[in-house]
Amino acid sequence: MSTNATTADGTATIEAVENMPAITISRDFTASAAQLVKAHTDPDVILQWLGPEGAASTMDYWDARTGGSWRYVHTIEGEEYGFHGCFHTVDEDRLVQTFTFEGFPDSVALETMTFEDLGGGRTRLHTQSLFDSYEARDGMLASGMDIGVNEGYAKLDGLLADGAV
Amino acid sequence: MTDQLSQVFAALADPTRRDLVARLCEGDATVGDLAAPYDVSLQAVSKHLKVLETAGLVSRGRDAQRRPVHLEAEVFDLMTKWIERYRRQAEQRYQRLDAVLAAMNETVTPEEGTAS
Repeated sequence: MSTNATTADGTATIEAVENMPAITISRDFTASAAQLVKAHTDPDVILQWLGPEGAASTMDYWDARTGGSWRYVHTIEGEEYGFHGCFHTVDEDRLVQTFTFEGFPDSVALETMTFEDLGGGRTRLHTQSLFDSYEARDGMLASGMDIGVNEGYAKLDGLLADGAV
Repeated sequence: MTDQLSQVFAALADPTRRDLVARLCEGDATVGDLAAPYDVSLQAVSKHLKVLETAGLVSRGRDAQRRPVHLEAEVFDLMTKWIERYRRQAEQRYQRLDAVLAAMNETVTPEEGTAS
C-alpha cells in the first residue's frame, strides 16, 4: 500500500512506497547541502539532534568516510537502544549508509540521502530507507507506537518462527 | 490493539496475501475470482483469506451464493496512523536539526568574537 501523510505541524513528507519495502521522507531546510552533510556526518553535530526526545545519546564509534562504520546508543529511561551500520558512500551531495537497530540484529536497511538545492539558501533533503522485508519496514513504522509494540513483535516473531503464517 | 497490529503484520507478511489485498482495493470479489490468476487451489486461497479475515483486513459478504470478499478499509487507517506518527517523529527530529543549523549559521558571522 502507498500512503502519504502530510499535516500542518511541519513540512516533512513521508511515503511508504507501494511496490518495495521502503520509506521515503523529504524535508526542506534553511541550510546549504554542505551544512546538511556536516549535520549528518560530524559526530558532535549529529548527537545534538538525532536522538528521540528524552534520550541520552552516546557515540560508540563514528567514522564518516566511505567504507567507515558507525554505532551509537540511545538511553531512554535506563534502557539502551543500539544502532550501527556502515558508510557506503560519503559524498558532497549524497550519503549512503546501512542501518541496523540492534533489537532486530539480522535486519539491515539501506539509507540513501540526497540534497537538492532549492536556491535562496534552502535545501531539500530526500531520504530513502530500503528495508530487507515488508515486516522490517512496517515494524520500523510502528516502532513509534509506545504501547507494547515490542511485545507485539515478539508475538509476530513467534508466529513467523512457528510457520503459522 | 497490539494484538491486532501483530496480526495485521503477520497477515501482510505474505506476498500472495498482499496481492489479494491489492486486488481487493479495486472492489469486492469472490474466492473464485481471486483464485483465478494463481496456480493454486481454491482451498489455498481460502486459507489466505481466512488469515486476512482473522486480522480484520477483510470480511465476507452475506450473499449465501457468492460470499464476496470485502476489504476493511478502516484497518488501513491504522497503518496511516503509524505512518503519521513516524512522520511526526521525523519532523520533531528535523526541527531540532533546524535549530542546530541556525546556530551553525550564527557561528560563521564575522562579528562573533568568542566561541560559544
